[in-house]
Amino acid sequence: MLGVAWYLVSNTLANLEERRIASGFAFLWREAGFEIGEASFQRYSASDTYLKALVVGLANTFKVSLAGIVLATVLGATVGLFLVSTNRLLKAVSRAYVEFMRNVPLLVQLLFWYALVTETLPPPPEALQPLPGVFLSNRGIFFPLPGSAPVLDGFNFSGGLAITPELAALLVGLVTYTAAFIAEIVRAGVLSVSRGQFEAARALGLTRGLAMRYVVLPQALRVIVPPLTSQYLSLTKNSSLAVAIGYPDLVSIANTIINQTGQAIEGIAVIMAVYLTISLSISVFMNWYNARIK
Amino acid sequence: MNKFWSAVLGGVVAFLAWKFIDWALIHAVWQPDSSTCRAAQGACWGFIAEKHRFILFGTYPYAEHWRPALASIFLVLLWLLSAWRIFWKWWLGALWLAGLSVIGILMWGGALGLPYVENERWGGLILSLLLSTFGIAFAFPLSILLALGRRSDMPVIQALCVGFIELVRGVPLISILFMASVMLPLFLPAGVSIDKLLRAQLALIFFAAAYLAEVVRGGLQAIPTEQYEAADALGLTYWQRTATVILPQALRIAVPPLINTIIGFFKDTSLVVIIGLFDLLQTIKVSLQDPAWSGYGVEAYLFAALVYFAFCFAMSLYSRRLERR
Repeated sequence: MLGVAWYLVSNTLANLEERRIASGFAFLWREAGFEIGEASFQRYSASDTYLKALVVGLANTFKVSLAGIVLATVLGATVGLFLVSTNRLLKAVSRAYVEFMRNVPLLVQLLFWYALVTETLPPPPEALQPLPGVFLSNRGIFFPLPGSAPVLDGFNFSGGLAITPELAALLVGLVTYTAAFIAEIVRAGVLSVSRGQFEAARALGLTRGLAMRYVVLPQALRVIVPPLTSQYLSLTKNSSLAVAIGYPDLVSIANTIINQTGQAIEGIAVIMAVYLTISLSISVFMNWYNARIK
Repeated sequence: MNKFWSAVLGGVVAFLAWKFIDWALIHAVWQPDSSTCRAAQGACWGFIAEKHRFILFGTYPYAEHWRPALASIFLVLLWLLSAWRIFWKWWLGALWLAGLSVIGILMWGGALGLPYVENERWGGLILSLLLSTFGIAFAFPLSILLALGRRSDMPVIQALCVGFIELVRGVPLISILFMASVMLPLFLPAGVSIDKLLRAQLALIFFAAAYLAEVVRGGLQAIPTEQYEAADALGLTYWQRTATVILPQALRIAVPPLINTIIGFFKDTSLVVIIGLFDLLQTIKVSLQDPAWSGYGVEAYLFAALVYFAFCFAMSLYSRRLERR
């Protein structure tokens, strides 16, 4: 085993020397020299360091993952409750949704949403306006904020809250895909609570909605939470597919850096370290939670 | 009130369904003519009609397209046979070996009068099917070893297996694919190189093995201790006990979740497009770069979605039927 490891390391060092690539993380303090389409919570310009570029990518990953987790939970829980509802039409529509979403690769769905936004929405001057102040265009989606409404300024809007086509496609894709899996988890959780519990609550005079809210769901949560956290984890890992549609998340920025500097080992080490930290923290939380509810 | 909302919902569903049918069928253009497509209001299926050979077979020589087509059919037939319980015999393995050799001869050629086609030119659907088939074929035995290793009494082996499984499951597949495409060449001695397809295949095998190992472990955990004790009482060695008593029972329990993992893996093979392999998605992307046909991404990706859906939905129906037994 050690022999194999030594062999690989010596090969790698020889290769790096031959290609004149310095090993180590010193390159992180050099100037990045590339622009990033969007930077969340901070300013970034091409004259900043590679380290700063990676931080921007990390912030973008966190932003899209957190927004995705919140929205997917809401949509997934709603569809999950539809799956156990007594209305046949509602049940059939949500079943079709879940089956279709779960059996098509997320990457295909992301490319589809990106094509839908960039190809079928009109350019900013003819932007759709579904609600007053909200604009849909092929350059992005614009929402009004208090004190700043989006205004058409030349070929694009300025002001308000802007969501780029990349972010919109990534978020819609991640949310609708993960929600289908969450819906199945919620359905299984609700079905795991024995029917007697629901009937007893109804006999006490609670309405269907109240019986669900106060009697069934709290008990179902015990079954729902463990698989739900693993869905959150896979949503975070899936956000790395951003690289396919050009949203600057951690992986796509690290990829750009690898292509520019040739520091493949360091770049991949950064990606892996970040995701492993996230995975491990979530599993530590899960163990704590499981110990608490037992 | 409930009836009212049902009616509203029915109205909305009917309206959306009508809108979709109007776009996808009634006003759609089916003939491969890009100027008719530009003028039409509906979907442009003419794009698929024009590019279907390239999308399905990639850069494989045009005159030889029947070879990947036949190979795909063979591969799907092999899978269908394996799904049938009466074929779960020892000779199924032999059948697979024979089938895969036939597919290899068809794809590479260079024998029986077929011209040789190097694997850089393979592409489209057959590439996705082959990547998943070989991925599972090699990952499955590896995953059994990993699962056994994780439950082993030897601390070094246990630590290595746990480390490998958790490492692979903790990072996104893309990072493993990047590792195979940019890092693996650095590990090899000068002058030795592995081609791109094989590198992606290796990454997919390791990825699948880690996920399958956890499913196999679930099956192993479901076996009661009495089974182990009874096998020990008969004087069986570790390997005899594992091969004849524990594994046959554990794998039987694990079949439905194994199929679900396989479905997930098949979907995940679509990621090889990111490292530039010519799978179904890459051929679509390249087709969309043709200026005469640019801007039909919605139709193109719906087509890809339907192809993947057909395979995945069939597998998930099958796994549900097994579970009900």
